[in-house]
Amino acid sequence: MREIEAKTITEAVKKLCIDACYYLNDEILDAFRKCKEKEESPVAVDILSQLEENARISREGQFPLCQDTGFAVLFVELGADVVIKGGTLPEAINEGVRQGYTEGYLRKSIVSDPLERKNTGDNTPAALHLEIVPGDKLKITILPKGGGSENMSEVRMLKPADGAKGVIDFVLERVSKAGPNPCPPIVVGVGIGGTFEMAALIAKKALLRPLGSRNPKPHLAAIEEELIERINHMGIGPQGFGGRCTALAVHVEAYPCHIASLPAAVNIECHSHRHKEIVL
Amino acid sequence: MAEVKLSAPLTDKDVESLNIGDKVLITGSILVGRDSAHKRLIDLLDAGKPLPVDLKGQVIYYAGPSPARPGNPVGSAGPTTSGRIDPYAPRLLALGLKGMIGKGSRSAEVIEACKKYKAVYLAAVGGAAALIAKSIKKAEVIAYPELGPEALRWMEVENFPAIVVNDTKGNDLYVEGRSQYQR
Repeated sequence: MREIEAKTITEAVKKLCIDACYYLNDEILDAFRKCKEKEESPVAVDILSQLEENARISREGQFPLCQDTGFAVLFVELGADVVIKGGTLPEAINEGVRQGYTEGYLRKSIVSDPLERKNTGDNTPAALHLEIVPGDKLKITILPKGGGSENMSEVRMLKPADGAKGVIDFVLERVSKAGPNPCPPIVVGVGIGGTFEMAALIAKKALLRPLGSRNPKPHLAAIEEELIERINHMGIGPQGFGGRCTALAVHVEAYPCHIASLPAAVNIECHSHRHKEIVL
Repeated sequence: MAEVKLSAPLTDKDVESLNIGDKVLITGSILVGRDSAHKRLIDLLDAGKPLPVDLKGQVIYYAGPSPARPGNPVGSAGPTTSGRIDPYAPRLLALGLKGMIGKGSRSAEVIEACKKYKAVYLAAVGGAAALIAKSIKKAEVIAYPELGPEALRWMEVENFPAIVVNDTKGNDLYVEGRSQYQR
């Protein structure tokens, strides 16, 4: 068994929170550049340039990329041969979020009760998704998720007869209705199958794939190709002012499901697609 | 597409001259508040009590900034989704509010109220929060500090960038822009 100190996890999570909110990944900056090349609208090109400039200002350290520094969503892969000493995993992670959001001057956007709506003041609790995997490593991925894009997401229980076309129509309907609200150009995570809650979770996990990568299964890759093309023909464009570039990427993931079901989920992510990971 | 310098608060003449797609640069004092602060303002109106601010001619920016680092007036401060404020906005427009800044589509009721009361809805670039913060020179909480990032604030801005989405004639840039590039 390998021992990992809880405080090591807390330190790592704190750094991940701050790094994710200040340093936009190169894959997004590359995608902005590619969008500018194919964009026909001068307003859209101007907006993409502003987003590049925004990333530069943020990287210099004084301002988070977006004021909505999100719900701290954490995907943790815990090796079966790891023992955590000096605390529990959820405590260690929440302490990291608390310290990261406080010391990093990140916005505290969590209310303790969805109806009473009192701010918890430290952006905890995190949304923690834990998976036990073979080995003696601990992999932590953070995806600070903004409210504006999350609000445009949806889970729908389709009929098996709806098939691939039903899933595609559902995704297109959701993206079209979202329009300018989720801060396009967006990243679209699609989860097909599993149960009601699993569809949503795999849609969210799909966001974390390398940007623009294709699902290795040809029938799912074909859905991704069709969706990105049709979404970018909608005309919504950066910020919804009109243009060619509405989505930077569409990632589809699937999971086995019940004979009676075809769950589908669309998780929309804004252009401020912030995620970082570490392996301890 | 014109680029227009505006000085806040605004007059009827200012807003009537604006068209969808115009780029504006706002200098002056603007209010800052999200849906929670709006709900409190509406609760005051329902109770027949005075508001903490006079809305005549004012511009309100839908935003909840991140915390300021020492030496800065504010942290990052991009717009939030305006649709959540739609239920509250027409009553404030009736009281003389002239401008709203946010991101995302407005309801038919808000667009109608912009025509009726002569007001405009402007969009700031969502997610360009660090860039936008450069145009904010001062920020001060004026009510509801317990709401944290959702408190009601005044901000002094200089050349704050935005685009006209809904003008006083009932036009909508989101509809027009999209139809132009739809295939």
